[in-house]
Amino acid sequence: MATTTPRRTSRGKLDLDPATVRHARSLARKVGRPIVRIAQQHTTVSVERATLRLAGLEGADAEGTPWVNRLVDVVRADVGLEHGVALPVWDALRRAEGADLRELAEKASAGSVTFRLPEGQDEKRARSAAGKAVGAGIKRIDARRTERERLVKRIGDAPAKPWIYLIVATGDIYEDIPQAQAAAREGADVIAVIRSTGQSLLDFVPEGATREGFAGTYATQENFRLMRAALDETSRELGRYVRLTNYASGLCMPEIAALAGLERLDMMLNDSMYGILFRDINPIRTFVDQRFSRQVHARAGIIINTGEDNYLTTADAVEAAHTVTTSQLLNEYFAKEAGLEDWQLGLGHAFEIDPDVPDSFRLELAHAMLARDLFPAAPLKWMPPTRHMTGDVFRGYLLDGFFNLVGALTGQGILLVGMMTEAVVTPWLSDRDLALQNVRYVMNAAGNLHEDFRPQPGGFIASRARQVLAETIELLDTIADEPGSAPLLEAIADGTFGLMKRPADKGKGLEGVAKKARDYWNPASEMLEAGR
Amino acid sequence: MSKQTVVSTSSPDGQGPIRPYGDTTGDGMVQLSFTLPMKHSKVAEGAAAQLANKMGMDPALVVHAKQMGEDYTFFVVYGRVNHLVDPSVVEIVERDYPLLTPKEANAAIKRGLRRRLTVVGACIGSDAHTVGIDAILNVKGFAGEKGLEYYRELKVVNLGAQVSVPELVEQAREEKADAVLVSQVVTQRDAHLLNTREMSAAFRESYPPDKRPLLIVGGPRFDETMAVELGVDRVFSRGTTPGEVASFLVHRLAPAPEPQSTRKAS
Repeated sequence: MATTTPRRTSRGKLDLDPATVRHARSLARKVGRPIVRIAQQHTTVSVERATLRLAGLEGADAEGTPWVNRLVDVVRADVGLEHGVALPVWDALRRAEGADLRELAEKASAGSVTFRLPEGQDEKRARSAAGKAVGAGIKRIDARRTERERLVKRIGDAPAKPWIYLIVATGDIYEDIPQAQAAAREGADVIAVIRSTGQSLLDFVPEGATREGFAGTYATQENFRLMRAALDETSRELGRYVRLTNYASGLCMPEIAALAGLERLDMMLNDSMYGILFRDINPIRTFVDQRFSRQVHARAGIIINTGEDNYLTTADAVEAAHTVTTSQLLNEYFAKEAGLEDWQLGLGHAFEIDPDVPDSFRLELAHAMLARDLFPAAPLKWMPPTRHMTGDVFRGYLLDGFFNLVGALTGQGILLVGMMTEAVVTPWLSDRDLALQNVRYVMNAAGNLHEDFRPQPGGFIASRARQVLAETIELLDTIADEPGSAPLLEAIADGTFGLMKRPADKGKGLEGVAKKARDYWNPASEMLEAGR
Repeated sequence: MSKQTVVSTSSPDGQGPIRPYGDTTGDGMVQLSFTLPMKHSKVAEGAAAQLANKMGMDPALVVHAKQMGEDYTFFVVYGRVNHLVDPSVVEIVERDYPLLTPKEANAAIKRGLRRRLTVVGACIGSDAHTVGIDAILNVKGFAGEKGLEYYRELKVVNLGAQVSVPELVEQAREEKADAVLVSQVVTQRDAHLLNTREMSAAFRESYPPDKRPLLIVGGPRFDETMAVELGVDRVFSRGTTPGEVASFLVHRLAPAPEPQSTRKAS
């Protein structure tokens, strides 16, 4: 596959007006900033559990409830969540209530420890002990990042862009491993392990290697470790570093992000609003968890993939094109605020226009090119057609070819390989082989076509892209005009995003949110903020 | 109770038994693709032809063979079958209600009920797989259609997985459910049938016949013709979309005085 990143002039192929682009970004900032403030003012059970995980607390009790959940629940019952759990926990350790975190958690859940908020010298000592323990976790994440950089250098990187992204999802980690290794041998640069249905709504991270899941495999620390080790082996065999992806979404975003950093995952699905809109997770919970998880990803050198493709699976891809751009701008703002750099922003978009719409290919190209020109330094995650895959596998194969062609023409960084059996079966071996042949053919035949291709100034493609950008600005303006201190929350509450009304005081996981007290302290947050 | 129709089509076109059509009437030509777990070789191609023969293709022409990885080969086979199919003895469950868009469904509920229609959904028994019920109920939906949550005039209460039958009945009463949707995805030894019978019996016991909510079950292992036998109002099988379920709810619970939709139930 002979592709290179398209050479770009400063204004890109669409020659967008730089002032308009700046205006769009400043609106995203205006809408996003109050949300960041809210995120800074709150903590959640999952943020606190992630902090304990960074300090090394692993494992679960006999019923499968993780020790981090047990410990946070008891601390919360004793002194509340609003001060953070670090001080009460390390104060108890210093009072010799447990030899280590694990023993403390066991004793706490048996009811034999009472937590308090330490003061004076006690507080100072608890602070220093907590800082050391959590700091060790952050150091381990740093070491994992360095290790990745070293492996990529020593083994070699993916040979070309876009990186070929394939999915495995058997439900059984021990079945996933050979499938992932086979997929890598067949040409995948990135392996994603789809999670079991419903994991996003679990308020705990399951423990250990898991062998049953539905339509996916549970994200657990042990599953992460097993898969990464297997792919390291395959990477050495193939002479290119194969990246591993999972999902930092749902109610346990911060914890999953921490585990991903600790186990050297390379990319994580992480969208700022997906959980709110599609899983009815409380907006505040989502934004707080989101910010912490993105700070961890930034530190870990993980590339995030955002979920804009989802908008198009439920709304019309032409009518809703500007909601994708709007979400990309918001995702970019929230990501950068959390410390992520451009190369870490796998902003999502998808090929989902009804193929019966006249000029559907030109529209797809316009939308993809707009994303490319707006975010020239971001890798971009290009998602294949799903909505108009009807079961006619022959037509679907052609559609996937056109999807690949748009990918080649717009320099996408990450290409999720489309399967002609989408909506029919989970991909068979032969489906994957045919899909990869499709990608290879297009990249080999037209991978450098972007060198020759520039849309006619003022033509159909350029005009359409400008129109979508104008509609984006209009939508951002509407959001910014909402009343209250956080217009975006109001907009989400009254259904601006076209799907559901999601008020800030409703949704799953709300009970796990607490407004920070003045003396709130979390060593992980402190280090992550300082590291930016 | 159930008004669904099991139809024996009597040759819609007055046609007798037929064969597949390639380019000449009666030529019986079909195409087939599959993978065998062996390296590509002449023997492998022979094995592919043998499979096609056993499936009734004679002659069978292996037109394409490609090795995938070390141990697998993909085949495309064209060939003739001698089987006849007789459309007059095919049994199907016809959809006996019009397919509505979300907008039409909302309007019909508003007109017919003058209140929101309450749907309680759950996976019962030991089945922990909410994928089916979620595909129908969650906004995210299925096959490009939004789930019932998206319908303004539907109040959806999704109880999730591993709900016991008494719990389901209690919740249905509490919510004053107009309809109860039960999904069964992964089942062993026909547990889905047992569970469904238990569920329908429990609802019959605790409700007077005219007050009982509409009972709907769905899942990939159900046979759509079994509604009466299972004591439910409708069985939905693999591939059912939210729109079909919503349309059925409207059809049974908020029927239009006259046909409102111009879309054919094709």
